[in-house]
Amino acid sequence: MGDILVITEHLKGEFQDITFEMLGKAKDLAGASGGQCIAVTFGNMNEKSGELGIADTVVSVSGSDDFNPESYAAAVKSVVSAKSPSLVMVGSTSMGMDIANSVATALDLPTVSYCADMSASGGGLSVTSSMYGGKMNVVTEVSGSAVAMVLAGAFNADAGKSAGSPSVEDFATELGAGKVRFKQLIEPEAADVDITQSDILVAVGRGIGSKDDIELAEELADILDADLACSRPLVDAGWMSKAHQVGKSGMKVKPKVYIALGISGAPEHIEGMKSSSTIIAINSDKNAPIFDVAHYGMAEDLFDVVEELVEELEY
Amino acid sequence: MKIVVPLNQVPDLVEDLEVDASGKALDTDDIKFKLNEFDDHALEEAILLKESGSANEVVAMAIDSNGADKMLFTAIAKGADKAVKLSGGNPADSHQLGKAFANALESEGFDMVFTGVQSVDDRDGQLGPIMASYLGAPCVSVVSGVSVSGGTAVVHKEYSGGMMGEFEVDMPAVLGIQAAKQAPRYAPVSKIRQVQETASIVEASMGDVGSGSGSAVASMAPPAKGSGAEMLDDIDDLMDVLKDKGAI
Ligand SMILES: Cc1cc2nc3c(=O)[nH]c(=O)nc-3n(C[C@H](O)[C@H](O)[C@H](O)COP(=O)(O)OP(=O)(O)OC[C@H]3O[C@@H](n4cnc5c(N)ncnc54)[C@H](O)[C@@H]3O)c2cc1C
Ligand SMILES: Nc1ncnc2c1ncn2[C@@H]1O[C@H](COP(=O)(O)O)[C@@H](O)[C@H]1O
Repeated sequence: MGDILVITEHLKGEFQDITFEMLGKAKDLAGASGGQCIAVTFGNMNEKSGELGIADTVVSVSGSDDFNPESYAAAVKSVVSAKSPSLVMVGSTSMGMDIANSVATALDLPTVSYCADMSASGGGLSVTSSMYGGKMNVVTEVSGSAVAMVLAGAFNADAGKSAGSPSVEDFATELGAGKVRFKQLIEPEAADVDITQSDILVAVGRGIGSKDDIELAEELADILDADLACSRPLVDAGWMSKAHQVGKSGMKVKPKVYIALGISGAPEHIEGMKSSSTIIAINSDKNAPIFDVAHYGMAEDLFDVVEELVEELEY
Repeated sequence: MKIVVPLNQVPDLVEDLEVDASGKALDTDDIKFKLNEFDDHALEEAILLKESGSANEVVAMAIDSNGADKMLFTAIAKGADKAVKLSGGNPADSHQLGKAFANALESEGFDMVFTGVQSVDDRDGQLGPIMASYLGAPCVSVVSGVSVSGGTAVVHKEYSGGMMGEFEVDMPAVLGIQAAKQAPRYAPVSKIRQVQETASIVEASMGDVGSGSGSAVASMAPPAKGSGAEMLDDIDDLMDVLKDKGAI
């Protein structure tokens, strides 16, 4: 294993957690084999390179602070060509998805997606990916150079956070053909509920079956003085508003108690709720991945359980 | 404007999934396949753009396989104008698959390609950027909300916490659709039957899919049941936990 390139990610001038999660792991893997851990930053983020103390070097790509799928991918492509790392780590995130496979295709490298674990193996790398919505782990042996898309939350961010003063190398690069132009950042609409502040959340998933039946969960939430949350499909179906969505493209929550009703536990959902103090999952599928992160579970029909529970609590 | 939507069939994840005898792949003998949910959103967004007058043709495209015909006829029943089925090759990895679609797209012609943001099976979010690279077209993934004027599209790309980036994209382009403006429509069985009798599916070649550069899967297994959840037997147990954790 040689050098590892970590593509940092930032939003509104702050490095995102995924950056530190990848750096911690990269340092570990590179260190074991005498390789370097190289962080790539964009725009003015080089001014914050002090936060990337764990990296051996920072390669600073000039240009805009605002993410652009085309120009960021073009820049990463030239950095990878110039540095020939044995591994490129990219977040399995909205931004990472635009970068990873453009770079991999242009440079003819394989991509391993959804990396939940990585370890040195022989001269290469053994990568475990969480697939099929978390129901299967797939192990891939990587020998040559590759691009790894790292699952958010898979590695400890604290392990990658250390202040320092890595050397910063300015990297002049091409920025693509200008076919994609950033216009603006859009903040979420103001909402009547802030589920990141809730003590107790009753979260509803697709298992609820219909919009009308959400009422039942609402009833339980009322009794428990809890707020209602949900998984993404309910928002996409127009059954609940975006402010209630927990997960990768929704809110990150950590209530004292999180009650998941009919939620399968896809990695994108877990990313948003796994830090809850107590997670209680009710799902009729005993193999649902949600039971791997929940503290307590009931493999039963949610309607039976919630109706009975409401009755019990009311009388 | 012409929008092509590649459609993929994936295992229904609600089912019990098992590994086959090779220990490297899913046992697909007894499982049900269905349209990848994000592809349904991609198709819906394309049909909505047609209905609003921004697009004039929607083409559904799939790899020839068991169930592909039914999936494509259903797409026509929902509002696609044409269905294309790719055969004559056996793409072994996502680079080869991307090449197959890129070849077919070049002969079909397109202004936009809407893929789903990802397949829920095993090649997460790769195909769009891969075929865009082969086609020399720009690609934006995790898109919800597309509007079109002239030769450009304005798209909203979702980040975390409900934030979005707005981009202007020159066409032809590839977009990975996360969610359509409204929930995907449903095609009644009677309509699908009628389409099956009247419409036809165009066959196209995958062409030269190249040498690929995939990585080899070493093994596949359900995640080890670690500590996992403590399973509760009845409502009394559940009440105890809720009390203990201060929820009641
Ligand atoms: C880029 C990207 C970002 C995403 N962001 C998010 C996000 O922020 N948040 C999010 O949640 N998802 C997100 N997703 C979607 C995610 O991949 C899953 O599709 C989603 O989390 C599934 O939601 P679900 O668990 O409610 O539905 P499903 O996966 O369909 O699960 C429904 C569950 O209900 C159970 N069930 C059915 N009937 C009953 C019953 N009567 N009683 C009990 N249980 C029942 C089933 O066994 C099943 O496990 C994202 C996906 C992508 C690609
Ligand atoms: N075998 C396939 N046939 C048709 N479309 C596909 C196929 N694989 C992937 N796609 C399309 O590409 C998107 C992303 O897939 P993936 O790269 O597998 O996550 C899917 O949502 C589909 O629109």
